[in-house]
Amino acid sequence: MSNSTSHSTFLAHHFSDAEQQKESAKLGMWVFLLTEVLLFGGLFVFYAIYRSWNPDMFYNAHKFLDINLGAINTVVLITSSVTMALAIRSMQLNKKQNTILLLTATLLLAATFLVIKYFEYSHKIHLGQLPGKFYTFTGVEGTNPHIFFSVYFAMTGLHGIHVVAGMFVIGWVMIRTFKNEFSSEYYTPIEMSGLYWHLVDLIWIFLFPLLYLIG
Amino acid sequence: MKTDKNHITPLYVYLGVGAVLLILTAITVGVSYINFGPWNLVIALAIAIVKATLVAFFFMHLYYDNKIYMMVFTISLLFLVVFISLTMFDTLRRGEINKTEAEPIKKEAIIYK
Repeated sequence: MSNSTSHSTFLAHHFSDAEQQKESAKLGMWVFLLTEVLLFGGLFVFYAIYRSWNPDMFYNAHKFLDINLGAINTVVLITSSVTMALAIRSMQLNKKQNTILLLTATLLLAATFLVIKYFEYSHKIHLGQLPGKFYTFTGVEGTNPHIFFSVYFAMTGLHGIHVVAGMFVIGWVMIRTFKNEFSSEYYTPIEMSGLYWHLVDLIWIFLFPLLYLIG
Repeated sequence: MKTDKNHITPLYVYLGVGAVLLILTAITVGVSYINFGPWNLVIALAIAIVKATLVAFFFMHLYYDNKIYMMVFTISLLFLVVFISLTMFDTLRRGEINKTEAEPIKKEAIIYK
């Protein structure tokens, strides 16, 4: 494993061995995930401030979100995280066919998530439950209900962009798997895409109760 | 714990963690129909934190990997806590000296321009 000459196809010359290369990639990925946490952190602060200022309005407005669709999307994302983790495991075991199948399943589940999100968004757009000045709905009791929908669209929108980005990344590592670029010796890009995908899942785990399940 | 570069997690760990995550999702939806007053938010967040920990530890391999990755992730959460709590010290206490109440944003406000 640490013999650099036999892995010259993937080992970059500035690393002493494959292990160091992988550890460096992983550290870089985690630092990137740190910036992602802080990016979403801004929106969680946005949420915390306005919910603490308008607890009743948040409660009234959240009733217009569909708990069932939110829960189905949670199940879809968790399942996609499992298939992603299993895809990496298959590559560790050199089962290329399984990796491709599981990555396809992950992509399909990600697409399912976006389709459900599309139905939720189009329903809200239809009713005028939109952020800021675009808000035309009149059914929510409380002051400034458009703030809730600003929070909702900002948080789920940024998360949705991450799902789309994740699909591109997963599609890219899938093509590379097709081209036989990975093996049980080298699968770092799949593993890094997995870390990204799990973070997207992790953020949704917080978004779901905070937006859909306000007690 | 020893750093194991190519640790292969057993299949049952992934499936088991996935099953627990789905069960916790069902529980969090279920308890949202019961009113515990101010504890609603605490319970929802506690379940979410357990789920997030499972994802980070097992799917993201933090439990098996070199602990430096755990440290980087913990630092991000630490700064998030600082960010939220220091902001809330301000925003939760506003208007206590000069009483203010929420009012609708006026039509001539800048967001409508």
